[in-house]
This record gives sequence, C-alpha cells and structure tokens, in this order.
Amino acid sequence: MKLLKLVPDDTNIQFLRLRVPFFILSLVLIFGSWGAVAYNGLNLGIDFAGGQEVRLTFEEGNAAPVGELRETVAGLGYGTPVVQEFGSPNEVSIRVPLPEGAEDTPGAATAIGNEVIAAIESGYPDVRTDGNSTVSGKVAGEFSRDAAIALAAAMAMVALYIWIRFEWQFGVGALFALFHDVSVTMGLFAITQMEFSLQIIAAILAVIGYSLNDTIVVYDRIRENLKKYRKMPLPEVLDLSVNETLARTVMTSLTLLVALLPLLIAGPASLFGLVAAITAGLFIGTYSSIYLASPLLIWMGVTSDSFVPQETDADRQEKKALGEA
Amino acid sequence: MLDTPLWKKISLWGLTIALIAAALPSLMMSSGFDFGDDAPTVNLGLDLAGGSHLLLEADPDDVAAKRLENMEESVEAALRGATPEIKFGDTSRADGRFSLLLDSASDIDRARGLLEPLMMGRDGSLQQEWDLEVVDTQRLVLVPTESGLNVAVNNAMESVIEVVRRRIDELGTREPTIVRQGDTRIVVQVPGLEDPQALKELLGKTAELEFKLVDQQALPSNTEAGVANPGSQIFPYAADSNLAGQSEAVKRLGGIRGDSLTGAQAGVDPQTNRSVVNIQFDQQGGQKFAKLSTENVGQRFAIILDGEVISAPFFNEPILGGAAQISGSFSPDSANQLAIQLRSGALEVPLTVIEERTVSAELGEQSIRSGMIAMLIGSLAVIALMIATYGRFGVYATGALLINVLILLGLMAIGNFTLTLPGIAGFVLTVGAAVDANVLINERIREERKRGRKVVTAVENGYKEASRAIYDANITNFIAGALLFWFGSGPVRGFAVVLVIGLLTSVFTALTLTRMWVSGYLSANRPKDINI
Repeated sequence: MKLLKLVPDDTNIQFLRLRVPFFILSLVLIFGSWGAVAYNGLNLGIDFAGGQEVRLTFEEGNAAPVGELRETVAGLGYGTPVVQEFGSPNEVSIRVPLPEGAEDTPGAATAIGNEVIAAIESGYPDVRTDGNSTVSGKVAGEFSRDAAIALAAAMAMVALYIWIRFEWQFGVGALFALFHDVSVTMGLFAITQMEFSLQIIAAILAVIGYSLNDTIVVYDRIRENLKKYRKMPLPEVLDLSVNETLARTVMTSLTLLVALLPLLIAGPASLFGLVAAITAGLFIGTYSSIYLASPLLIWMGVTSDSFVPQETDADRQEKKALGEA
Repeated sequence: MLDTPLWKKISLWGLTIALIAAALPSLMMSSGFDFGDDAPTVNLGLDLAGGSHLLLEADPDDVAAKRLENMEESVEAALRGATPEIKFGDTSRADGRFSLLLDSASDIDRARGLLEPLMMGRDGSLQQEWDLEVVDTQRLVLVPTESGLNVAVNNAMESVIEVVRRRIDELGTREPTIVRQGDTRIVVQVPGLEDPQALKELLGKTAELEFKLVDQQALPSNTEAGVANPGSQIFPYAADSNLAGQSEAVKRLGGIRGDSLTGAQAGVDPQTNRSVVNIQFDQQGGQKFAKLSTENVGQRFAIILDGEVISAPFFNEPILGGAAQISGSFSPDSANQLAIQLRSGALEVPLTVIEERTVSAELGEQSIRSGMIAMLIGSLAVIALMIATYGRFGVYATGALLINVLILLGLMAIGNFTLTLPGIAGFVLTVGAAVDANVLINERIREERKRGRKVVTAVENGYKEASRAIYDANITNFIAGALLFWFGSGPVRGFAVVLVIGLLTSVFTALTLTRMWVSGYLSANRPKDINI
C-alpha cells in the first residue's frame, strides 16, 4: 500500500530567508490587532459586560421576528438589546445590557431579567425559553479580572518553563510568539465583532497550548541540530529544523483541523465562537512558531555553544583525578 | 530494549481495561441498563442536562450591622440590670462601632467589669471578638475585631447554607447542589429546574418574623412623619398589604422573635375564608407568647416580617396553646411560600442573586446530540488520515486514540467530574491533539529509516527522540490547562478538566500502549522493512 506523504521527502524551503519581511508583517499584525481592539472595541458578552442573555426558540418554526423583539425589549426601558439569529432562523439570542449605574446594585441584572422574560412570554405564546443567563456587574468585573490574570499567568509560566528547559532566548521567543497569537486572535474578534465571552478566553488558552506545542517541537529539533552540526550557520540550522519537523507540523495541524471542522459546521450553536477561535488560532499559532519563534533566536544571539555544557573547575578536577586531563 | 516485559504488559492492559470499565456506566447512561447507584458516572453540566444555576451573595456588612445591633441590646441590658443601675446616654452606632456615654465617670470600672465578658466569643473559645475602649474617662467604645467579624460572617454563612438547603428541599426538586464559594457566596444548582422564579422568590426573603406591641401613645401624625416616641420605632406596612403606604409605631423592647417556631403551615381561616399561615411556637416561645398576650389583652400587636408590617391585630384573649395565626393579604401561593420560609428558619443575612444561568433540557439534549455527531465525524476523519498516512502504525495510533477517549471518560467518571458543553469541545480537541504524539513518533521513525537505520533501531530511536518533545509540549499545555481550571468558572472549568485529563491519557496511550503493540509486532514478525 502506498502511504500518503503530505510533505515530500527532502523538502527544503528556505523559510528564514524572508525572516525580516515576515517579522515586520507580524509586528503589523500585532499592532493592527491592538488598533482594532482599541478602535472597534470587543463585542463583550454578558460574562464580561454584565446584563442578560436569553435564548428563544419559536416552536412553530416561523422565522423569529427579530425587529419586533428588539422593540418589545427596548420598550421596557433598559437600553437597546442585541437581537441575533442563533443557529437557525427560528432561534434567537437577545442580549440586554446592564443599565447605567447598575454596576453597584448586585441584584439589578436578575430583576431586569425577570421582566424581560415576562414581556416576551406574554407577547409570543409559541416561544420557548431555552436559556437565560444574567450576570451582575460585580461578577462580570471579577470574570474580566480572572481572565486577564489567567492569560498573563499562563504566558509567564510556560515561558518560564521553556527558559528552564532550554535557554532564556527560547523562553523569550516563545513568549513573544504567544503574545502574537493572543493579540491576533483578539484582533480577529474585534474585526468580526463576534461575541467575546468566557469561552473565548478558554479558546485562547487552548491556542496558547497548541501554538506552544509547535514551538516546542521546532525548538527541540533546533537544540538537537545545534549540538549535531556545530559548524553550521544558525539560519541554516533553523531552516533545517523547521523543514525536518514540517511533516509533523502539517500532519498535526491537519488532524486538528479535520477534528474541529465538523464541530464548527454542525456543532452546537453555542460552541461556535469557541471552536472558531481555536480553528483560527491553529493557523496563527503554526505561523508564529515558524516565522516568529525561530527567527527571534537569531536576533537574540543563540549560538551552537548554547547547549554545550560549560566546563567548570570542578569538572576539570574530576577529569584530572580520573586521569583524563 | 523495545520488548515489553510480561508484568508490564499485564499491568498496562489491566489499567487500561479497568479505566475503560469505569467509562461504561457513563456511555450507557441512556440505554437504561442499571449499573447500580455506586457505579461511577460522569456528571452532566447544567448546560447539557438542563437546569438552573444561581450564584447568591450575602453582604458581610449586613452581618456586621446585625451583630452590632445585638451587641447594643446586650450591653444596654447588662448596664440596666446592674445593681445599682449604671446610668448612661448618648448611644450611637456608626462606622461599625457602638459607643455610649456613662452619666458618671465613677461607674467606669464597674461598667468595664460587666462588659468585658461580653467581648469574648460566646463559644467559650476566649477569642477576643470586640475591643472595649475608654475615651475621655467616661465614654465606652466597642470596636469589633477583625477575627471576631470573620467568625461572625462564617457562622452566618453556615447557618444561611443550612436554611437555603431546607428551603430548596421543600420545593421537592431532585438533587440540588448547594455549595459555599469563597467567603460570602453560595452556588445553587438545581438540575431539571427550568423556571427558577419560584426558587429565587423563596431565597429572596430572609423571613425574620417579629411580634411587637403597638405603641398606643403614638400620635398618627407623628407616625406618618416618621417620628417615634422614645423607646418606640416605626415600621412601614408591606407593599402588598391593604394598608400599604401607612406605618405603625411599635415598642422596641418586649417583643418576641419568630425564631422559636416548631412549625408553620399555610391554611384558610374558616371564618373569613382567607389564606393564613398557622404557626406553632416551641415551648419557650409559647410561654413568652402566652405571657405577652395575657398581659396585653385588648391591645394591638404588630406582626413584622423583614422589617415590614403584615398586620396588626388585637390580642382578644390570652393565647396559651403556643399556636398562633398570621393573617394578612396572602394569596394561597404567598401563604405557602411564607410557611416554607418560616419552617426552614430565617436567613441570618439577606441573599442577592448575582449570577443566574438557566438552560432548558431540550437545548441541552440538542447540544449533546450535535456535539456527539460532530465528534464522531471528526474522529472518523482523523482515523482515516492516520491510517492513510502511516499504514500499520496508523492503525496502532487509531487504537490508542479510541482507548484514549474511553479512559478519558472513565477517569472523569472516577473523579466525578462534570462534563459541560465546552467540555465536549475539549473532547474533540483532545481527539485532534492526542494523535500528535503518534505523529511525532512516526515522523521520527520515517526519518530514521530514511537515514538508513535498521527497523528496530529506527523504531527505538523514534520513540526515544520524540518523547522529549512530547513531554515538554504536554507539560507546557498542562500548565495552561491548569491555570484555566484555576481561574475559570463553571463551563470553562469543564473545558479545562477535559483538556488536562486528556493530556495525561494521550501521553499514556501514545507512549506506552502503541509502543507495546509495535514491539509485539516487531518481535513476532521480525520484518526487514516497514511501510511507514
């Protein structure tokens, strides 16, 4: 049986020749993403903004009267809700923001939530309430804080681990690549205005994990090749390492993709954001391990001596004692 | 070197089969086959099973305020009860402190001697719960200590959880989860409850019942203006009462608290045909109530619930049996609700719902179905890709993948973890990522073969060289997942659980199981070449 080879043997793409333009591209992506976040803002879900989210199904299968629902809820006087089709035309999600000044009244979100549901159920008899969430301003503030801490701590801890296992340059390289991944993923959410919820934080942490996976596989090979080919110039070592691990990179990315795609297309509507973020992150992460994590090593002065143990005085004495000197 | 010793084979298979067995009850949950109550099963999160999740919060300031009020009463009673009586005035409660001015500075030592014992914990722990300070020779200031306040909040929360549990049990819902979270929060999860309105109303009242004598001397105009006679205080009528908007002046002292009840039932008054709540006092409460009613026949008393007057009837005759009836503007429902609240006891602190998530069972079922289908299709695609790429070694990887999913489920069942909707995404992600270790190994074997290494050496090197990267990558992933678990809440935590356990199981299946199968194949067939 002839087996499938996604990457032909002896592939030798000179990835690193274009390291400067790609590095500039990465910087543009990072700054562009933050610009988009600052300019567009993130479409914060109730987890972070507080408020209420109701999911409704119109049981007779009619398309949901989106405009009418918006007016009904807006008529209650708590601001204009976001009414969106959710999954299929007869299902909608309604998001009602927390009114001004309600941040300090812990029970406000729930009280408004009761009113909204009552108004909808009396206006539309064939509606089924599938889900209702209310989050007070206080809890939303805590979620935001915890999410920021989790992201920062995850990046710092894994960078630290890589520093310990490799060299400091590798730790910095990985950290920068992760910063790129997180930034660009957030930028995508700012541009598409998809809802940014707690689930997306989970997705970003998963992306951090898998982007790191790639980075580590490449770094591990670089370490190996640095020891093996002591005279080879660094850019060539990096190119060789990326090429040698390319088959694995493509294969793993592909298996992840084929596992995720069905979930993205046919999975539960409430998982769409999470799966979309992970899928996008898959590409962003693979790109960053090849074009950010590796070239940074050149600029930070990794040499083939980085992994040769330094001979200490104690070592020398030991050798002398053994008669090797 | 590649060979797996027999003891290792047996223990690996034993472990694998045990974990798969643990997954069976969860897998066959819907088939109706009974594994018994002790069988480990995965909990379904409320986003999959349907139900209500409420996060309730108590305000610690309420506990502090109430504690201060109680302390004021004890202090005043102690000073008044001294012989000769210690006279004082200018009492104030501000900034969490209570202060009073003795009429004569010469009483100061006597007052201190009387009050010192009150500053200690009542549980005999000798913990200093209050500091007693003397200012300007005759002013006494009581300041709660940090530890005393913490103990008070802690005790209040423990009693609140008990009361919450009793109230929810009265609703007759199945298996609610009631857990304290942090210092002042309670998580309530009720599977299958799709309309938490009744639950929220039930928990939304502290239900503190008081009986106080109406101040007969109070002028209606003064009461209306909010001015009370000395020793009296003013309470408004409840919003749903037919006297709503009016107030009643009552005597501060000499009343009875409703915390000494042994029972409360909703009923109908046969004379008026209106809903009432019948209550029974315990022995002590009954005696107090008998005394109060005997001494005040012909007088009015106010029934006060949570600081609002429900009604203010007359004591027509002494009430001696320890039973009483609360009438007011009740509907059958609200009478029943009050009865439950009185039966289950008063909440020491009011609770506020600060987060609510309710999902219908239909939506949950729909999510499970589409999630499972997506996972099935994804797994088949991954399996096809692996076998097409690595042939026999792809088959081994597939076996590892299937076992991986099963023992992941088994471990979740043993640990009694909760599977949430994002957890299903975690499963899918694990399916995609679990093969990474096998991909690394197989690609390495390919490379080694290309360099002309013999089959056995190539396979040996493949496992050895790849495992370094596998460990490093999984440990860093583990760090990210653990942080997600640590900081995440609810559904997100469910995602982290699957991710983290999935890392462990995928390393186990990829590094040990496939290795055992490959070495078995190699030593049985001794192939000169392998198709990889």
